[in-house]
Amino acid sequence: MSQIDIQSDIQQTILKQQKIDSRRKWILNGVLLVLLLLAPFVMYPVFLMKILCFALFAVAFNLLFGFTGLLSFGHAAFLATGGYTTGYLLSNFSGLTTEMGVIAGTLMATVLGLGFALLSIRRQGIYFAMVTLALAQLVFFFFVQASFTGGEDGMHGVPRGELFGLINLEDNLNLYYVVLTVFLGCYLLVQRIVSSPYGHVLKAIKQNEPRAISLGYKVDRYKILAFVMSAALAGLAGSMKSVVFELASLNDAHWHMSGEVILMTLIGGMGTLLGPVLGATLVVNIEYQLGQGPLRDWVDPILGGIFVITVLAFRSGIVGEVQKFVRKNMG
Amino acid sequence: MSDQYVLETQNLVKEFKGFVAVDDVNLKIQKGHIHALIGPNGAGKTTVFNLLTKFLIPTRGQILLKGEDITPLKSAAIARKGMVRSFQISAVFPHMTALENIRVALQSFEGNSFSFWKSGASLNRLNARSMELLESVGLTEFANTTTVELAYGRKRALELATTLAMEPEILLLDEPTQGMGTEDVDRVVELVRKAAQGRTVLMVEHNLGVVSKLCDRITVLAQGAVLTEGDYETVSADPRVREVYMGAGSSGERGTDAEVEAAQ
Repeated sequence: MSQIDIQSDIQQTILKQQKIDSRRKWILNGVLLVLLLLAPFVMYPVFLMKILCFALFAVAFNLLFGFTGLLSFGHAAFLATGGYTTGYLLSNFSGLTTEMGVIAGTLMATVLGLGFALLSIRRQGIYFAMVTLALAQLVFFFFVQASFTGGEDGMHGVPRGELFGLINLEDNLNLYYVVLTVFLGCYLLVQRIVSSPYGHVLKAIKQNEPRAISLGYKVDRYKILAFVMSAALAGLAGSMKSVVFELASLNDAHWHMSGEVILMTLIGGMGTLLGPVLGATLVVNIEYQLGQGPLRDWVDPILGGIFVITVLAFRSGIVGEVQKFVRKNMG
Repeated sequence: MSDQYVLETQNLVKEFKGFVAVDDVNLKIQKGHIHALIGPNGAGKTTVFNLLTKFLIPTRGQILLKGEDITPLKSAAIARKGMVRSFQISAVFPHMTALENIRVALQSFEGNSFSFWKSGASLNRLNARSMELLESVGLTEFANTTTVELAYGRKRALELATTLAMEPEILLLDEPTQGMGTEDVDRVVELVRKAAQGRTVLMVEHNLGVVSKLCDRITVLAQGAVLTEGDYETVSADPRVREVYMGAGSSGERGTDAEVEAAQ
């Protein structure tokens, strides 16, 4: 066989592999979709929506942490900014329909994300984490002091309103399917982003930044875009959360929340698509179940323990370990 | 004269808090040459590389690429101007396949690198060219292998192919044969020779055997300054060169001392 034949042979193999991978991806997406469509008939919709909002938050965070290699310790700021903006607008301007409030919240978080990114992107590693934490603390103190947020009490009575002025969102099931649609849209978007030409550059930057620079990539710009998209999706999660609970609370802005999203992502598996969704589901469930029982005061130590075990024993997280296992045993 | 020299430095200086790492270096790299930068450990060879590609900012002095002052440019811009470097420690993207490694380099010129909405399949049209480049360094059969699983010599070959994907006019190679066995060294020598056709190469190299086989011109650095310059015969006969190599005395240098003697 000539050299050219071998080359085109290998190219064919690679294309076939891509097809198999993408088929696997869509089967998985399909299963996920069916489960989520049926879920509200088995579980309380508001609880499910809480999981979806946190799952979106974790997916957004993972775009930056898992796929770009930047550990932000300030993502609570975007969640809270989305929530407060939407809450404030929907409470004070009765003419606004719900989706306008949500879009505005998302935009606000996007702009804030750009600001954070411009101030932090040149820092590396722990310094990057520290700068984002410091900026997020500034945002936190702003929300504590500002009168419209209700300070420690939070912003209560955010009206859910109607989608496009047509669909009544006071109904939990209606709202569930709206939140589900938004979540799935964002999930698919992130799936697309990480496999796009842009996603390949992010991968390169994450794996070897100096090399990416020496190949002519202005890495800061790629990182800034990733940061802004991550902030936007985090803001969207916060906006929807305030609609779901009819409440925007100071908890969302606290650094504790920035830590929790790291925990969710790590447990589920950073740098995987499904990992943060699974991680968020687990963490929200653990908090809820334990919060009901006699271990109420032990929620944080238990989560901390899980965190330590994850980091020490299975660093790639649940989904990451499963992927490794599948790859090893099924070719 | 700027036509003749594609790359020049003028009084290049790099100081680190009172320590002069690169001291008033004037390099002139002639077009089409394979030019070696040699010298004992700590002579400032890699620092010069980092200055040329702006991974470090020069304290003073100028860098001219084809007569144009590129001193204020950033690393990525310099790569786009056609001067691309390799690294001392094998610089690959470990969790991509060999093919994807090359594709990332080719993609750099595609103008779709911010297209986060496009399908990854749009990169497949770069596959054919990537395969050609892999073929040129003998890695065809490893196209679909994750890079982290490749042997060291193959990683270096892949790195070279990735660098060549940038179609650089000037290739900066930082110790391309470092840590390799004899067989791999011979392969790399052949690869560099092939890669150098129609290009200018500046390489840092410890292995004087490699330098004698490949290089048209040699600059010797010692303690940050240029000690001497010339072709291999001139440089290897220079008593001062032998002295700095002997004087360095570290175990890494002894091998090259022997080679200096063997070559004479």
